[in-house]
Amino acid sequence: MTSALKAKRQLSPALREFKGYIKYWDLCLMLLPVIAYFIIFKYIPMGGIVIAFKDFKLGLGVSGSEWVGLANFVDAFRTRFFIRAIRNTLIISVLKLCVGFPAPIILALLLNEVRHSGYKRVIQTISYLPHFLSWIIMAGILSQLLSPNNGAVNGLLKSLGRKDPVPFLLDNTYFRGTVVISDVWKGVGWGSILYLAAISSIDPTLYEAAICDGATRPQRVRYITIPCILPTITIMLILSLGGILDAGFDQLLNLYSSAVYETGDIIDTYVYRVGLVDWNYKLSTAIGLFKNVIGFMLVAGTNAVAKAISGIGIW
Amino acid sequence: MRKERFTLGDVIIYTLLALLSLTIVFAFLHLLSISLSSNAVATKGGLLFVPREVTFDNYSRVFKNRYIWIGYKNTLFRTIVGTSVQLMFTALGAYVLSKKYFPHRTFWTLLIVFTMFFSGGLIPTFLLVKNLGLTNTYASMILPGLISAYNLTIMRNFFQSLPEEIEESCMIDGAGRMRIFWQFILPLSTPILATVALWLAVGHWNAWFDVLIYISDSDKRTLQVVLRNIIITGTKELDLGTASSSVNDEPQISSAGLKAASIYVATIPILCVYPFLQKYFVKGIMVGSLKG
Repeated sequence: MTSALKAKRQLSPALREFKGYIKYWDLCLMLLPVIAYFIIFKYIPMGGIVIAFKDFKLGLGVSGSEWVGLANFVDAFRTRFFIRAIRNTLIISVLKLCVGFPAPIILALLLNEVRHSGYKRVIQTISYLPHFLSWIIMAGILSQLLSPNNGAVNGLLKSLGRKDPVPFLLDNTYFRGTVVISDVWKGVGWGSILYLAAISSIDPTLYEAAICDGATRPQRVRYITIPCILPTITIMLILSLGGILDAGFDQLLNLYSSAVYETGDIIDTYVYRVGLVDWNYKLSTAIGLFKNVIGFMLVAGTNAVAKAISGIGIW
Repeated sequence: MRKERFTLGDVIIYTLLALLSLTIVFAFLHLLSISLSSNAVATKGGLLFVPREVTFDNYSRVFKNRYIWIGYKNTLFRTIVGTSVQLMFTALGAYVLSKKYFPHRTFWTLLIVFTMFFSGGLIPTFLLVKNLGLTNTYASMILPGLISAYNLTIMRNFFQSLPEEIEESCMIDGAGRMRIFWQFILPLSTPILATVALWLAVGHWNAWFDVLIYISDSDKRTLQVVLRNIIITGTKELDLGTASSSVNDEPQISSAGLKAASIYVATIPILCVYPFLQKYFVKGIMVGSLKG
C-alpha cells in the first residue's frame, strides 16, 4: 500500500500539470474554439512559409514540391522591382513619419488653445471624419479632387495662375507627395485624440502657478504642455518606427496605377501583384517572409525599447 | 482664465483649424456638386462647390444598378453577422485568459499574442482559405480574421479589472462558469463590448481586400468592392448592373458625376451615423491606449 501511495506521489508532478484542465474543463471548452482558430488560421499559414524555400508547383502541393534553399530569395533580389519596392517603402514611410508624426501633435496643441468649446467640437467632428472612410472611398474622393481635367485643386491652381494642370496621382514627380499629404489629411484629426487626452491629464495647478509667475501663453505651451506630453510623444515615435515597413498597403493599392509604380510600388503591393496577379506563389511568399522577419525584429526591438523607457508596450 | 483677450495668436490658431476643416468640407461639397450637376458642368468641373444645372440623373442611375443593392445587402450582412460572431469568440477567449488560475495561462496568451507580430503572409493564408474550400463563401469574409489578438488582449485586461468577488459569490450560489460568463460578466462588460463591437463593425463596413481576393462571384461582393470597380478600375460595372441600359449607351458610363454619386450613395450611412457614434470611438481610443 505504501508503494502504491509512493507511485501516486511520483506521478503527481506530471499529472498536476493536466489536473487543472480537468478541474476547469468548462473554461477549456470555452477556450478550445479560440485556440483552434489561431492554430488553423494563423499557425498553419506560418507553416506555409516553406513555400518560400521550395520550387512550389500547385499540382505537386507544398510537400511534393522540391526544396530549392534560398533560390527564391536570390531571384527576388535579382529583380529590379523588389529593390524598387524596398526603396519606395522606406521613402514613403520616412516621409509619412516626418510629416504625419508631428501633424497630430500640432493639431492637438492648436485645439487645446481653442477656448470656445462649440468651435472646438465642430473642428474635431469634421477632422475625425476621414478616418472612418475606407481608402476606396478616399481614392474616389481624391481622384476627383485632384483630377487634372475637372478637379477642384487644379481649378484652384489655375485661378492662382498656373497654366498646366498638375497630374497629382498620375506622375512620378508628385505621387509620393500626394500619398503623404492625403495620408495626413485622413489621419491627422483622429491621431490628435491621443495627444489631447495626454494634454487634458496635465495637472492644472502647473498652469495656475505659471500664470502667477507671469508666463505668457506661448511660454506655457513651451514649458508646461510640451514637456508634459513628451513621454507620450516618445512612445508613439518609437512604436511608429517599428512599423516602418508598412507604408500603407490599403492606400497605395487604391491610389497607384502602373504609371506611378516607379515611385509608388511598395513591398506589400509588390507581394500582392507577384502573388495574386502574376500567380508566382513562391516568389511572393519569399518576399513576404523577408518583410515579415525584418518587420518582426523591428517591432520587437522598438517595443522592448518603449517598454524599457516607460513600461508601456503593445503587450 | 476667461478674461484673457482674443489675441492675434488666437486668430491665427482659429484660422488654421478652420482651414483644415474647410478642406474636408469643401472636398465633400465639390463631390456633391459634381454628382448633382449636369454632365457638361461636371466635365468642366474646377472650383465647383455649388451644384449647377441640377440633375438627379447620376443618382437614379446608381440606384438602378443592381450591384449597388447587392453590395449593400452583403455589406450589411457581413457587418452584422461578422461583428457578432467575432465579438462572441473574442470575449470567450478573453474571459478564459483573464483567469489567473487557468493552467498555462502565460503559454496560451503568448501563443495568441505572437500572431500580432508575425504572420504567414499573403500567399500561405490565401492558399489555406482556398484549400479549406472557403473561396466564394461569406465565411471567407469572417473566419480568416475571426479573432484579433489586440482586441482579445484589451478585453482580457477589462475582465481582469472586474472584482473577483462577483464570481466567487456566484459560484457559491451554484452557477457554472459558463453561466457566470453569460449572465454576469458580459452584462457588466458592456462598455468594452460596445467599443470593440464598434471597431469590428467599422472594419467590416470598410473591408474590401478579403472580398477582392477570395470572392469572384459578383452576387457576393460587398459595397466597397462594387465601388472599387466603379471608381478605380472604372469598369462598366454599371452597364452590367443596369438592366435597362443599352450596350451603345455612350461612354459616360463611369463619368465623374456617376462616380461621385456612387461615392455618396456608399458613404451616406457613415455620414449619418458617425456624428452620434463619434464620442464612443473617442472613448474607445482611450481604452486601447491604456497599456494593452
